[in-house]
Amino acid sequence: MHKIELHGVVKRFGQNTVCDGIDLTVEKDQMVCLIGASGAGKSTLLRCINLLEPIEDGEIYLDGEDISIPGLNPQRVRAKIGMVFQNFNLFPHMTAFENTMLAPKRVQGLSKSQLKSEIEELFERFELADRMHNYPDQLSGGQQQRVAIVRALAMKPEVMLFDEITSALDPQLVGDVLDVLLKLKSQGMTMVLATHEMQFARQAADKVCFLKDGKIIEEGSSEEIFGTPKRPETKAFLARALK
Amino acid sequence: MPIPEAAGMTRRERYEQKQRLKSLLIAAASTVCVIMALVILVPMTPGWEKVQKSFFDGTVLAKTFPKLLDAFTVNVMIFTWSAPAIAILGLLIALARDAKSPALFPLRIFGAAFTDVFRGVPVILTVYLIGFGIPGLGLPRPWNSPFIWGSLALVLTYSAYVAEIFRAGIDSVHPSQRSAALSLGLSERQVMRDVILPQAVRNVVPSQMNMLIALQKDVSLLSFIGPVEIFRQAGVFKSLFANFTPYVGAAIIFLIVTIPATRYADYLMARQMRERR
Repeated sequence: MHKIELHGVVKRFGQNTVCDGIDLTVEKDQMVCLIGASGAGKSTLLRCINLLEPIEDGEIYLDGEDISIPGLNPQRVRAKIGMVFQNFNLFPHMTAFENTMLAPKRVQGLSKSQLKSEIEELFERFELADRMHNYPDQLSGGQQQRVAIVRALAMKPEVMLFDEITSALDPQLVGDVLDVLLKLKSQGMTMVLATHEMQFARQAADKVCFLKDGKIIEEGSSEEIFGTPKRPETKAFLARALK
Repeated sequence: MPIPEAAGMTRRERYEQKQRLKSLLIAAASTVCVIMALVILVPMTPGWEKVQKSFFDGTVLAKTFPKLLDAFTVNVMIFTWSAPAIAILGLLIALARDAKSPALFPLRIFGAAFTDVFRGVPVILTVYLIGFGIPGLGLPRPWNSPFIWGSLALVLTYSAYVAEIFRAGIDSVHPSQRSAALSLGLSERQVMRDVILPQAVRNVVPSQMNMLIALQKDVSLLSFIGPVEIFRQAGVFKSLFANFTPYVGAAIIFLIVTIPATRYADYLMARQMRERR
């Protein structure tokens, strides 16, 4: 059974078809990178998987269960799928610790004392222990993004979605965040990334999908996509992106 | 005027110091001119002596001021119980207007109608209609008190405005905050309570401060239906002394309260502008 399976997913915003019949499978502990130009539908696809956007047509399966049934309560699904955004989206009125504690406290009904040591451990693991009681505006972009990752991990998700999480960072901070992804991969985590970091995708991805105009027009291992791309569109995109 | 030559000043710093001094002198000179004009010209008007006697009579002021202060405690009292009621009702109306569940549709309609009605009617009319209308039902004491129904009129009117400000605050929180909170598995209600509302409320504090200042002044409208607060007390003294000075005294008391409050609201507003930048 696949961890995630998409069948003919269609998403429209008004007249604009953003995802145009997407098929995709993600295996357990696999890192899948979605690449392609801005507007190709990468971010929207991630938002659909997390049920932040209802889909017009097609199905999405998580562990074989159809999670795209209209009317299904999305909360239970979202608790299993963590998501990290381009602009961090930390809650500015809470400290890093409070940001992280909110969802486990509210959704799983755990108390602060039950969560404290676990969250402290997470912050330690991602080298943020000294930043735990800072507010987001006291943190650098890279630190904020790592806190956002920790916040998602605190829900113990089975899948993590990353939506261009390094695009808003200064170049010298990108490395720290990508290191976190490698760490997660080595510890075993199913991950889907929308990314413009081609070098990273080339080194770390188990599978790479090239999107254009809402369709996956080529997919394969990173050697296949970056080494011997077949479609001319893929070649053209990579020639520009890897320049 | 010689400028002290501080050692180690850059060309730019010397220039700016000179500019500062120059604008300070101009500002001072212009202020002096305006004040001189007022002090000399106003007393030259034909009615000045009469106006001075009936509006700025020192002895009347000294006699009435302590009593006016006493009466002002009535304003403070009405303000003190109305303000929290307005905050709570305003927030509830704002939330009702954003309710999404179809079962709560009547609540949405009610919220919309409420804000339309009470923003559309002059405060003084609402005070009259509720303040005279409801006690007219022949309710037993203390339920016929104009304090209760007058305050209710203020609460209803101000809640409508305060609700609109809260709604604007809710809209001012970026949708990405909602996405992030939902993606963590929080319910719509939890997202509103823990993520959206705390930010929305903080964003509208300066605007709500201005509502508080306006309320403090509008408490005086209750004088028309009975309670002897400062404006009515001043009216009583006016008749007693045949002199308008008590009104000036009342105005002074209001300013003592509202000027610091206005300054504080402006300070909060300016700070928020800085934070947004």
